[in-house]
Amino acid sequence: MMLMKRRDFLKVGAAAGAMASLYGCAGGGKASGHVVVVGGGYGGATVAKYLRMWSEGGVQVTLIERNPTFISCPISNLVIGGTKTMEDITVSYDGLKNKWGVRVVQDDVMAVDSVKKTISLKAGGSMSYDRLVLSPGVDFMFDQIPGLNTADAQSKILHAWKAGPQTVALRKQLESMKNGGTYAIAIPKAPYRCPPGPYERACLVANYFKEHKPKSKVVILDANEDVMSKKGLFTKAWSDLYKGIIEYRNNSEVKDVEVGTNTAVLEFDKFKADVLNVIPPHRAGDIAAKSGIKLINNRWVDINWLSMESTSTPGIHVIGDAIFPAPTMPKSGHMANQHGKLAAAAILNMLSGQEPSPEPVVMNTCYSFVDAKNVIHVSSIHQYDAATKTVQPVKGAGGVSAARNELEGKVAMGWAKNIWADMLA
Amino acid sequence: MKPFMPIAALCLLALASTSQAADPNLGRNLAATCANCHGTNGNAVKGSGMDSLAGMEKTKTLQKLADFKSGDKPASIMHQIAKGYTDAQLDLIATYFAAQK
Repeated sequence: MMLMKRRDFLKVGAAAGAMASLYGCAGGGKASGHVVVVGGGYGGATVAKYLRMWSEGGVQVTLIERNPTFISCPISNLVIGGTKTMEDITVSYDGLKNKWGVRVVQDDVMAVDSVKKTISLKAGGSMSYDRLVLSPGVDFMFDQIPGLNTADAQSKILHAWKAGPQTVALRKQLESMKNGGTYAIAIPKAPYRCPPGPYERACLVANYFKEHKPKSKVVILDANEDVMSKKGLFTKAWSDLYKGIIEYRNNSEVKDVEVGTNTAVLEFDKFKADVLNVIPPHRAGDIAAKSGIKLINNRWVDINWLSMESTSTPGIHVIGDAIFPAPTMPKSGHMANQHGKLAAAAILNMLSGQEPSPEPVVMNTCYSFVDAKNVIHVSSIHQYDAATKTVQPVKGAGGVSAARNELEGKVAMGWAKNIWADMLA
Repeated sequence: MKPFMPIAALCLLALASTSQAADPNLGRNLAATCANCHGTNGNAVKGSGMDSLAGMEKTKTLQKLADFKSGDKPASIMHQIAKGYTDAQLDLIATYFAAQK
């Protein structure tokens, strides 16, 4: 095991040398050290690549990810709707390994010792770091929905809110549902990952029903008071495209489920579906709490917006969906990628004895499909504000599409190709 | 109130110029916020339909961004995004992309 690791490091060293000559013309490059990144999603893959690229190979980066390939949540609703395949949303980690010299380890992190600056791995052994980046995404609070709190229940009532086997399984449930059946999707109270995602999913399932099972219905059980994102554009799509198919119910929090009958238990009511898709409330990925860093409301990580460093635990940076969001900031893959770059820039400054940049900027773009071709977007730009010590949305900037359109359907796929390459190629 | 505004604006300008001096990588960092759609260092994925910005003449990039901001150039999304950055930031972004290959 140790020999293997050493050999891997030698390989990384050779790649670093090659890269230093490739990028030798750029400035800086004084940072050195070992950064361990936990989680290879939109945030983690980005920070790993940008640390290597911006340090010209000077900083060693180990990325620990439990899955063998990256599978994208954005675009996965099209797999559920039947117009894309898993292959379309799967990207290899080979680019990070071979082009950027990131050491990618397929494993799970079991514990973090923030004093000794080590992590321990499920496969055994530990690893030391100079700086640690946690990009753990979210884990689900199954205890909030008692009937879902077993592995058996979770294999029947799916969330499909992490792209992967559940995406495939939900598609299969929809395919085997009878014409005339009901699909219900339960949305947790905000904040949750991808605010427009559940409404997009409702559209794409309805689009599938309209073409293949026209007597079927889609019911949205929303724990929130109202549609949380792109409201006007979604409700227009529902009335224009899916009248009589999609039904929206606000203030309908799922408190429990009866697994045997696919029944959602609401506060005063029950709802029985043929396919029941429950997205449970989430919190920061479990490793955040296990590492002992401060969580707000026992759920989200409190970070310093100049560096993405935990406010409680020096040396640990946290990015992506796991953080307590800045005002109006969505939990999105695009935003996680932006956090990754902010963290990479700050870490390189800190590893070379400088302060992080005092004026970080992050921005978000999110495209939602309302059918196989038509798309609506929301965008926002968030600039650091020293007075409130957070990033604030720029007033008068950002916004939504004027109307759903096919042009943005093409742009959405262009976005996917470019962000996946920005993270992984 | 009136005389206060230009002073506040001057203070902001002064702040902006000192912090730019403090962080030589500001242009690089700002340009990286564009990379999700326009590719790492402005090299968009070929065939993706997105504009590559790497190597684009600075004045050309700045003119495009100004036209997005003013609404002179119609766009699906860039008219909303360009408004989120200050002119000084857009200048740094355009400078960075002009220097990329």
